[in-house]
Order: sequence, then structure tokens, then C-alpha cells
Amino acid sequence: MADTLSHPAPDDGTHATVPELADDTILRVDGLRKHFPVRRGLLQRVTGMVKAVDDVSFSVQKGKTLGLVGESGCGKTTTGRMILRALDPTAGHIWFRRTDGRVVDMAVLRGQDIKDARRDMQMIFQDPYSSLNPRMTVMDLIAEPLRAQGWSRGDCERRVVELMERVGLDGRMIRRYPHAFSGGQRQRIGIARALALRPSLIVADEPVSALDVSVQAQILNLLRQLQSDLGLTLVFIAHDLSVVRYLCDHVAVMYHGQIVEQGVSETLFTAPRHPYTATLLHAAPAPDPHAAWMEEIDEVETEVEESDTDEGCPFAARCVHAIDRCRQENPDLVGESGDDAVAPHLVACHRVDEVTLQGV
Amino acid sequence: MTKSMNTPDGQEKDPLLRVRDLRVRIARDTGEVRPLNGVSFDIHAGQSVGIVGESGCGKTMAANALLRILPRRSEITTGSMTFRTKDGDHVDLAQIDPTSVRMRQIRGGEISMIFQEPMTAFSPVHTVHNQIAEMIRLHDPDADAKQRRDRVEELLDLVGIPNPSQRADDYPFQLSGGMRQRAMIAMALASGPRLLIADEPTTALDMTVQAKVLKLIERMQRELNLALMLITHDLGVVAHMVSYVYVMYLGRVVEEGPVAAIYDDPKHPYTAALLRSIPNLAERSQHLEPIEGNVPSADNMPTGCPFHTRCNEQVGDICRQAMPARIGVGEAGHATSCFKHTDDRVEDG
Repeated sequence: MADTLSHPAPDDGTHATVPELADDTILRVDGLRKHFPVRRGLLQRVTGMVKAVDDVSFSVQKGKTLGLVGESGCGKTTTGRMILRALDPTAGHIWFRRTDGRVVDMAVLRGQDIKDARRDMQMIFQDPYSSLNPRMTVMDLIAEPLRAQGWSRGDCERRVVELMERVGLDGRMIRRYPHAFSGGQRQRIGIARALALRPSLIVADEPVSALDVSVQAQILNLLRQLQSDLGLTLVFIAHDLSVVRYLCDHVAVMYHGQIVEQGVSETLFTAPRHPYTATLLHAAPAPDPHAAWMEEIDEVETEVEESDTDEGCPFAARCVHAIDRCRQENPDLVGESGDDAVAPHLVACHRVDEVTLQGV
Repeated sequence: MTKSMNTPDGQEKDPLLRVRDLRVRIARDTGEVRPLNGVSFDIHAGQSVGIVGESGCGKTMAANALLRILPRRSEITTGSMTFRTKDGDHVDLAQIDPTSVRMRQIRGGEISMIFQEPMTAFSPVHTVHNQIAEMIRLHDPDADAKQRRDRVEELLDLVGIPNPSQRADDYPFQLSGGMRQRAMIAMALASGPRLLIADEPTTALDMTVQAKVLKLIERMQRELNLALMLITHDLGVVAHMVSYVYVMYLGRVVEEGPVAAIYDDPKHPYTAALLRSIPNLAERSQHLEPIEGNVPSADNMPTGCPFHTRCNEQVGDICRQAMPARIGVGEAGHATSCFKHTDDRVEDG
């Protein structure tokens, strides 16, 4: 398949033109972009483009969890929504291995083919209060995807009870409405619904950030349990790095629509290579009054002008290590020789070999 | 050991704010809800105090009761909230008419509040300058326009907003989330309060912005000798921001103490379980221990100890039948309400 994209391939062009997935890969996103037009004035003329996602590539292996992390506006949710084609990408490929083994490019599918492929990928949402229709019973909510596939009422009911028990809900609650459930239980309903059609991939967008602290752990443990019982493959979108460390095998850190660092979770946490990753790791206050926290912070806000130019590293304006080159040339996301071939550690930083960063 | 460990300047006899046995009832069509069931706490001048708990524990309700901005159809049934004013008077905020001039002077003038969402504090149709200047005018009628303008710019500069003279003429929506939070802090400080209530002040902010705003609040607290009442669900934030912590559950304080004692040696099963349930950033946890069940809703309050429905350290039937009294445990100032500790039981008050 011809690659019609004009962007430079992220890692030496080795995989931009290869449409096949390795056998153990469920998802490979390649050169993904989403640009939103900025309209101004009476005539709503397009005056510019917001590059919400700008040349993002990663892959997820079967049974593994990839964490997509970053702050608001970094493009992590937009990326997740494009994977399910809830948003149309501007450019790039989304190679997805369906449950029957066929590989499709979600980025180019049309109409019924998208719906077909979506059977094998599901989404879990952040807000368990607004993502469930209040007028549907748990039975109807969880069975909705099954019905759409033509399951009989009896088969549906059996499967729904099985799913409810699998996610830790009482199967006798099947006729109740969402308002009868707490936030944590509602998130379990959302998870049961996502599991109904035995998808090969689940995209979870901040699934625990709206929950109480004591309930978060229940849902995190459930997701971990499901991972090991069902071999679930997960793209986990989150801003809370401690949650990501608990759940994810691999992590991709996004900033300004680009991945600035990605690699094996433990490596990334203990030995970050990108200054932004290190900043994120140290910004979170640990639940320990004796631990150090941002002792040397520059507390005064430095207003970062969001520049429209593509020049330079997107993090340069906030980076204490930035040099002139960083402001002129956007670094490529590259790995180092001798890295793990399956999951190389990739960093987009000109000064990666000169700067030493602290992990946690 | 004396109690002065957590009470600076030996002021324990006369705190800035002393809340005792505060109870609030809200009438609903379906019956009544009791969000606060006998809350007691002290805040001393210049002290930073954290109020921690999950949704529905009453932490925000307690702040709203202090400022007498409770929702409609709610009333303070019993309890006192004694506040020491700038003139040295002791005013019981529970007794005062919420619409009186005195209350308006205290609200904003002596006690200021900042919120999670700054847009709830700002009017969208007035500039930042006009809104902060209005606060100054209300509490210092003698200041003229020029003095107010200078004071606004001084405040914006104090909270770390660059180019204050230009920024002052911006509308709130023109500022970024972090800037807006700073502008709200500037407005809260405009009247020279002695107690700042911060209700989840950084929950809506990104991690890096949160860190900066929290450092700002910490600096303001220190430099202006403000008392801080920080309300949050975030155990990480509390650990670094306050010297003394109250842990709330279902409208009650279940544990209180100096911050190190609470984290190093939690005495209440709820506090201990809460600390065990959060994943650790510094080390990959093998398994999290969640607290089973859910927070009961306020209209279906359990009898006895509020936590007994989720507690795995119950000592017997008494947990379901009676409310444990507050008792001192371990270090000075550390106290809890749990029947596990009845041996060294001390009656409250």
C-alpha cells in the first residue's frame, strides 16, 4: 500500500510502508494526524490549523497495556477517539487486527465497515454518570451491543448476568436503572458493556479519574484482573502517572500533539530521557509528607505563547535544558541502538545524550 | 508533650476559628439529609489545616456553613463556629444573620474562599481589574481609583501574573486556567483576609500547573501569615501543604492529627485503608487494597460508626450500635473516633 503522507517517517521510515502487522500486534498507529481548522470572522474563514495530533506512531501488542499520558490538550483523547474512528484522522494509518485475525486500516474504512470493525474494539469512558443512558436498565445497557449482533433475548440475559458477575456486580440487579448504582458500580457497568462482544482491544479514557479514591483501587484491580483472565489489550489514556505505573506495560508521553517519549513503563518511570517526562514525574506530590516535592520549582507562571510555527521542539519554551537548536528544529522521535527491538525506548530530544534526568 | 506542636505561637487557648459539634440538616421532598453530624475542628492564626475526605463526607458543606452560604432549605441545627475577628471580638458564625452587614464583612473581609473552578468566582462580563477593585472598594471605601488600580496590579504581581498592568484589563476568559486560578487568589487576598478557605483549588488543573499554584498558596500563607483551610480529596496534595489534618467521613471527623502522624501512623481504619488504596508513583505496587463497598449516601446513613459498613477491623456489635467518642492517641494532637482505641478513651470536649 502506498504511503501518500508527506511527513517524515518517525523511525527511519522502516515501518511507514509496511501494511502487515507482526503476529502479536493488535494495533499499530502510523503517522496519525488530526488537524482542526480554526475559523474566524463573519465568513468563518479558515485562518489556521490546530494540530491536535501531529504525526503519532505506536503499536500495542496482544495482552499488553499501553498508557497514553500527558496534560490536557496534548492530544491523547483525540488519538483514542481516532482509533475507534469516532473522529476521522487527517492523515495516517491505524492498523488493527480484528478478532478473526484480519488486519484493517481503521483510518480508511467507510460506512458499514467501520461499524463492523468496531465490534472488536470498545471504549470505556471517564464519567460513569453521563455515559450511561438513565432510561435503560442494566440489562438493556449491557445487552445493547449483543442485540445489535442479533442475539436472542435469552442468550443476551445469560451473557449479561455472566458479564455482571465477571465485573463484580450482583446479577440480580439486572433490571435496575443506572441511578441505583454508585459511581464505581456504574463504571463496572461500562466495563461489562465494553466486554460484551469479546473485543480484541479496549480504549479506556481516564476510566478512574472521576471516582472516589477508595473506589479507584477497586476499578484498577478489576482492570488488572480482566487483563490477566481475558488477555485484554488496552490503550489506557490517563493523566495520573501513579495509576499508569500500576497498570501499564508501555507508556507513550504526549505533548502538544506529539509523542515525546515512549518505552517500557518501568524504564520510563525510573530513567526518563525526555525533560517533559521528568517534569511530569516530579510535579505529582507523593502521599508522603517526608518526600521531597518540587523544591526548586520556578513558581511564577511563564506564559507560554502557543506558536503557530512548526519550528522547534514543542516543549522548548518550557524546557530548562533548551538551547538554540531546540527552538529551531523539531527533534525526531528516535531510539538508541542496542534497545529492545520489540519495544524500543524512543525519545524526541536534541539533548538526550547531554542531559541527565532523575526518575522516581 | 504539650499541644503546642500543631498550634503556632501557643495560641491553643484562643484559636482563630473554633468549630464545635456542627450539625447541618437539609430538607428534601423525600425526607431530610444530614451532611454534617457533629463536626469539631480548630484553626489557629497562620496555621495550615487540611480537611480530607471523599465525595459526600461534608468537607465542602463545612466550608459553606462557615461562610453561611449553605444551599436552600438547609439549616444549622446545633453547634458553634466561633471566629476571632480583627478587632479581637469573638463571633459565633452559627448564630449570626447570614445577610447581616457583620456577616458580609467577615465573608470576604476576614474569611476568603477560592474554588476549584475560577469561573464560578468571576463574572464573565467584567475585567479582572474591575472585579478585584470592587473587592478592595467594599473593604476599604477610602481608597481612590488610583490607589485601587495600584493595589490590583500589586496583587496580580504578587500571585505571579506577568505584565500585571496589561493583564488587569483582560476578561477572565482571556486567561489560561492557571492564570485564572492566580487571579482568583489575588481577588481572595484583596480584602486582607486572615483565613483562606481553598476548596479543591487545583483539582481541575494540569499536574505541572497544580504544582505552581500550590506553591503560590503556600507562599501566600507564609508571607501574609494567613490561616489556610485546604479542602481536598488528594492525599498527595495534603501531605505537602498543611501541618495539621482532619479526615472526614460521612459528615464526621474520624481522625485528626499533625500531618506526619496521620501518614506515618494512621489510627482510624478508614485513614489507614485510604492510604493503602492509592497507587504509588515511586514504586510499582503489586496489588492495591481497595476499600470494599461504596460510600453510603447521605440519605441512607448507617447507624453506629459511619465507617462500620466498610470496615474490616470491627471490634464487635458496638461498632454497629454506638458512635465512638473522640480519643487522643499517640502523639499530642493526634486523635481518632474508633472503638479499636477504647482502652485509652478520652471524652471529647
